[in-house]
Amino acid sequence: MTEANLGEEIVFWFSGGLAVLGALGLILSRKAVHSALWVALTMINLAVLYVANSAPFLGMVQVVVYTGAVMMLFLFVLMVVGVDSSDSLIETLKGQRLVAIVLAVGLAILLVAGVGAGLTDVVPVGLDEANGVDGGNVQGIARLLFTDYLVAFEVTSALLITAALGAMVLAHRERWLPRASQEELSKARFIGTGHPGNLPSSGTYARHNAVDTPALLPDGSPSAQSIPGPLVARGDVRPVDHHEVEQIESLDGGPK
Amino acid sequence: MTGSQFGVFGIDPWWLVLLKALAIFVMLVLLTLFTIWWERRVVSRMQNRIGPNRVGPFGLLQSLMDGFKLALKEEIIPKAAHVGVYWIAPVISATAAFLAFAVIPFGPTVSIFGVETPLQLTDFPVSVLYVLAIASIGIYGIVLAGWSSGSTYPLLGGLRSSAQMISYEIAMGMSFVAVFLYAGSMSTSEIITAQEPIWFAVILLPSFLIYVTSMVGETNRAPFDLPEAEGELVGGFHTEYSSLKFAMFFLAEYINMVTVSALATTLFLGGWLAPWPISLWESANTGWWPLLWWLIKVQIFIFVFIWLRATLPRLRYDQFMKFGWKVLIPASIVWIMIVAAARVLRNDIEFSNRQLLIGGAIAIAVLLVGSWFAQGALDRREAARKFIRDEIESRPFEPMAGGFPVPPMPGQQAVLTTRRSNIPVIQQEAIDG
Repeated sequence: MTEANLGEEIVFWFSGGLAVLGALGLILSRKAVHSALWVALTMINLAVLYVANSAPFLGMVQVVVYTGAVMMLFLFVLMVVGVDSSDSLIETLKGQRLVAIVLAVGLAILLVAGVGAGLTDVVPVGLDEANGVDGGNVQGIARLLFTDYLVAFEVTSALLITAALGAMVLAHRERWLPRASQEELSKARFIGTGHPGNLPSSGTYARHNAVDTPALLPDGSPSAQSIPGPLVARGDVRPVDHHEVEQIESLDGGPK
Repeated sequence: MTGSQFGVFGIDPWWLVLLKALAIFVMLVLLTLFTIWWERRVVSRMQNRIGPNRVGPFGLLQSLMDGFKLALKEEIIPKAAHVGVYWIAPVISATAAFLAFAVIPFGPTVSIFGVETPLQLTDFPVSVLYVLAIASIGIYGIVLAGWSSGSTYPLLGGLRSSAQMISYEIAMGMSFVAVFLYAGSMSTSEIITAQEPIWFAVILLPSFLIYVTSMVGETNRAPFDLPEAEGELVGGFHTEYSSLKFAMFFLAEYINMVTVSALATTLFLGGWLAPWPISLWESANTGWWPLLWWLIKVQIFIFVFIWLRATLPRLRYDQFMKFGWKVLIPASIVWIMIVAAARVLRNDIEFSNRQLLIGGAIAIAVLLVGSWFAQGALDRREAARKFIRDEIESRPFEPMAGGFPVPPMPGQQAVLTTRRSNIPVIQQEAIDG
């Protein structure tokens, strides 16, 4: 195995450190959005390490796919779920921390033992040798993906398409009537029985501007159009204060 | 990244790397100042106005002065803001905007202080993907700005903006595929060399059109400037930003414009290669001249950006998304299939013109027959829907069908229920006198 030069060492310790920091931040931050950001930091630094290890394609795809698409979708969901929502700290599952620690340690041992044992007897041929076969790193990956691993690649994409289809089926709504176009809506507004423009807003020239206070017409009578229909139907409309109307009229020089 | 085919890159002395990085930085800042002035002047001309013409010759220093003013303005941070993220969002945006330019080629190999070096900071086998990766990091700046402002409109604007950029990045990435197939490389410098006889904008016209459309969507510019639709969202993701932080978003937007224009130039218009009549001149593609050709091509794209802004009204959000997902992406997939098939046919199998004509005729016949069947299926489906609709409309509305309160089906009329009293107050007034 070739020795790493000084530049590689600096990159490794810098990016590796940031990646670990991101991983710790994921676990330790209270807000879900902050956790997602720490993961993004880890992913970007992993990409830097890939590039430093002469795997530029893997590095770029890591950023485009994981940081740019997957993490972004997570962020979307977290943001839509709630700006202010914070997790409750009461444990609902008893003893889950202990189980989690045991499982995590177990996974770590399995990974280190499995991968470590698998790699001890491997003799590295070197980058030049590996990349030289197809004339470059990208070409090498392309050949592997489209020959030896073609089936695995296609099966993975089938899996993803199935997931997308499932989401579409869940979100699908059958339309009974065709959707009204902008033109039809506009025509309906003017030809139909409704009001063509904006209805007068509630409370104009009245004492209150709450939705249940009708706007007053120039003669002091309430405008029925200024109150939402359901309020009228429920009888929830605030009565006009006639005493006040008279007061204003007297200030104004009596009713005209 | 020194590979065998990238021998000219990665061997610069450290001072030259610094010099190039600094030159790119300065050029981008200057281009931003110039573009803002240029945009204001051009839009003014198109609207029968004059535009800024007071500060400096032709008003050229106007944007510099505006920049000073913007930086010295009072900074207002909302109380509900998540301060850390609120701070870092504009930094991410601006940094990502600058980073993408590291792989843009400005010209061929020249001599700087006695060192032979290409006019490009760096290049590696996947540098176009690098631009895409940096763009997707830049989206974080916008999303985080929207979220961390602790306010509704920025959140909506941020979500809208990032949804838009992600959607159009797909179409954008697809338009690259045909270029990669023809150039046989994903490195910017090799793509330019591959365009030596003829530009990809000519042989890959559909890809070029898809890219140009998606680049406008990607940069949030009119007519696709929905994240800043002031009638709907106030200022979009940067509503709550002021002073220098706002200036950084501003800077990022204009640099992104230059970046996508430069990428369009690199991928489709031959980069720094001289255009046709000039290319007859022998030394058109040597020395520092190519920098000029590059700049002119980029400025043409920027002019198109400005022209679009002055001409077209903003799209409605759903129409815009529909256009991206249902027109641009399928169109580019079909186009990639055609290009790939053509490449395979040309590489592997020899076809005579007659065979090609027969093949084309068969393809058209299949399409025609297929469309006839498709129309029949559509008609049957519509008839089935009409049957169900009539069935529903003929039934009276049952508010408690099956024991549960249900809404009316389309075509049925709901009955208004009463809660407190059914007598409207206005009638009560009449009774009271």
